[in-house]
Amino acid sequence: MSKAMTLDKMDKRDGPALGATTEYLQAAVEHTLGNLSLRVAFVLSAPWTVLWGPSGAGKTSLLRVLGGLTRPERGRVLLQGRTLLETASGAWVPPAERAIGFVTQRPTLFPHMDVTANVAFGLAGLSRGSIAQRVGQMLALFHAAHLARRSPGDLSGGEMQRVALARALAPEPRMLLLDEPFTGLDADLKLSILEPLTAWLAQRNIPALYVSHDIAEAFQTAPDVIVMDRGQIQAHGPAHVVLASRREQLLRQLGEG
Amino acid sequence: MDQQAIFLSFRLAGITTLILLGISIPLGYWLAYGRARWKPLVEAAVALPLVLPPTVLGFYLLVLMGPRTALGRTVSVVLGHPLAFSFAGLLTGSVIFSLPFAVQPMTSGFRSIDREILEAAQLLSAQPARILLRVLLPLVRPFLLTAAVLAFTHTVGEFGVVLMIGGGIPGVTKTLSISIYDQVQDFAYAQANHTALLLLGVSFLALLVIYGRGSRAHV
Repeated sequence: MSKAMTLDKMDKRDGPALGATTEYLQAAVEHTLGNLSLRVAFVLSAPWTVLWGPSGAGKTSLLRVLGGLTRPERGRVLLQGRTLLETASGAWVPPAERAIGFVTQRPTLFPHMDVTANVAFGLAGLSRGSIAQRVGQMLALFHAAHLARRSPGDLSGGEMQRVALARALAPEPRMLLLDEPFTGLDADLKLSILEPLTAWLAQRNIPALYVSHDIAEAFQTAPDVIVMDRGQIQAHGPAHVVLASRREQLLRQLGEG
Repeated sequence: MDQQAIFLSFRLAGITTLILLGISIPLGYWLAYGRARWKPLVEAAVALPLVLPPTVLGFYLLVLMGPRTALGRTVSVVLGHPLAFSFAGLLTGSVIFSLPFAVQPMTSGFRSIDREILEAAQLLSAQPARILLRVLLPLVRPFLLTAAVLAFTHTVGEFGVVLMIGGGIPGVTKTLSISIYDQVQDFAYAQANHTALLLLGVSFLALLVIYGRGSRAHV
């Protein structure tokens, strides 16, 4: 496994108590996609990790592998001890059975269903009453209860993302993948979504991997950060440590400009 | 007007359309999303009836259905009669002849669906049938209608294939388009005119349905 990972593990002494390290996710992935050669290995032990890096670094590709939308050439992914993917043995769990919520940059609501039907789509197998109840709770959490009967075509960008989050979280996944879902939303709106989201996840101990290329955002949420560039992990640790030099570099560049 | 021919043509077109919808949904899905290397081969084969003279298709089907081939002999044992010059034979020919008119709209339909929408469905539901029924088919509904109308009207209007493999037996394989041809041969222009007008009307109405819906669907 990579050097970045072993270093990261040593940094984790201030993690959860009783000496037990929570390992939410273990992943090692090798995959070539056009110009991008994805070569990463990491362990997620913080409940909220920002995956930070420039466009084209391979962040989205990595998320797609974790979510099961891309089958990598080689790799192994374990979510809370459960093997989702292991190319050596041929093990592969299809996306819906991974219990992973995935929210993309562009909202992907089903255009022919209203908001309620969208949120309920991942809830097959529950009774009608529990579905209605769960949908109601999720919409209320993201301040979207008043949108229940609306069609996705009539929603604003922010409203669509709130519904997309409600839909991804309604089945109570074991992990949430967020691929820059708040791009283009203003700061207040972003905060009004992030607050209930992080609280809800923390309550249920559901970890999130949050892709961003915005350095301010990485600092704001005070998380662990994985720095990615050209398909590789450059660093993994607390934001103030791994992003310190980049922050200074950015400030210098701003000064020059 | 030739009542028998009208009934036969519409029965043939109706059943052909149903069979073609059953084929074109999975085939269109596979052509849109499949990754097999030999996909162009299938695409070319499906499109072949578009460019081939119907008589060529009819000729080979006739040979294939006849006693000269093992397939033809097997089918005639199974059915109890040769496939050629029967309704089942017409049906086989019509399905092949109209195949591209149903498959191509369905392929375009599935291709028009945003890949991310499909993936969102795959992330939320492990049941392919549920994804097909609740997400994909509703999204391709206008294309499904186009496929059905084109398959139906194209079958009603076919001439070369039905003549070659059907032979124009009244009540069995003599469709409307053959009926017109016979009427003209007999100088029965008034009758031919009635039959032709009916076909013209049906075709125009069918296209009106497609374009009428099409303009609403793009709002």
